[in-house]
Amino acid sequence: MSRQATRGDPRKVNGELFTLTYGALVAQLLRDYEDDEEVNKQLEKMGYNIGVRLIEDFLARSNTGRCNDFRETADIISKTAFKMYLGITPVVSNWSAAGDEFSLLMENNPLIDFVELPDGHNSLNYSNIFCGVLKGALEMVQMEVDVKFVQDQLKGDSVTELRLKFIKRLEDAVPVGED
Amino acid sequence: MCDDSLFDFLHSEIVAFLYRTADKDDQDQCISKLESLGFRVGQSLVERFTKDCGRFKDDLDIMKFICKDFWNSVFKKQVDNLRTNHQGVYVLQDNRFRFLTQISNGKQFMDTAPRYLAVACGIIRGSLANIGVNSIVTAEVSAMPACKFQIQIQRA
Repeated sequence: MSRQATRGDPRKVNGELFTLTYGALVAQLLRDYEDDEEVNKQLEKMGYNIGVRLIEDFLARSNTGRCNDFRETADIISKTAFKMYLGITPVVSNWSAAGDEFSLLMENNPLIDFVELPDGHNSLNYSNIFCGVLKGALEMVQMEVDVKFVQDQLKGDSVTELRLKFIKRLEDAVPVGED
Repeated sequence: MCDDSLFDFLHSEIVAFLYRTADKDDQDQCISKLESLGFRVGQSLVERFTKDCGRFKDDLDIMKFICKDFWNSVFKKQVDNLRTNHQGVYVLQDNRFRFLTQISNGKQFMDTAPRYLAVACGIIRGSLANIGVNSIVTAEVSAMPACKFQIQIQRA
């Protein structure tokens, strides 16, 4: 029997390539560091490094301008950035009264497509790279934010929830001795 | 669906990360870590790929699959040239390899090229392994961004 000419949707496969590579990375980190907290930390660092580059790619391709407030930023993160890179649109909700804190709710996090957490990894935030990416990317547009995991579908929650808290606006620091 | 560039970002960060965190003496290990990471990816990927297709006729048929469909999905183009000695050695040439296109063309980064090919070698070896072909995969670069992969099929 001869094979069919085409196999699957290449774009779909591409998403799988990303998901599987990320999975292999987390597995490798767990072998190397043998400690969930440490792996979380490393994943966040890697995310940060990706974020600081990703933002350039994002600004170049998305044609977005300056945001007027944090609410607008939240919208762009969810409706433009997540949509463009991962094909999902997380729900923005749970705003704090001061308007400086919100949650991104994801129902279908592509990173965890083929994943099941083995026992004994309760403190591992498998998708912790998100925190780093968001932090790194926002820092490059003069915003210091704190990002953390609140809920994780891998641990039995019904959604994956990321909480973003605005810390401060970063001013361009002038090098010492220059005006 | 995930954007292509995400994988490129992730890949280059994985390479950079492993080299950044390794001790000076352990840098040799990085290549094998990258390779085994790729192997795992290749193994699962090819399973998803071939789930709905029939058996391969022979080794050459498998190689053609790797050069066309597989390469197209993973590296976004087809292999430019496939050669074989008909004794289990296949040489795949890609004139514009995905992982090398972001690196400057000159001789300057020749030394670092192997680390950007290790994952790819692993992916290829892993895929072949899961189709039932044990192999040794090596890569060489003579002029960026072209590179050659040599696949040596191991008979038990």
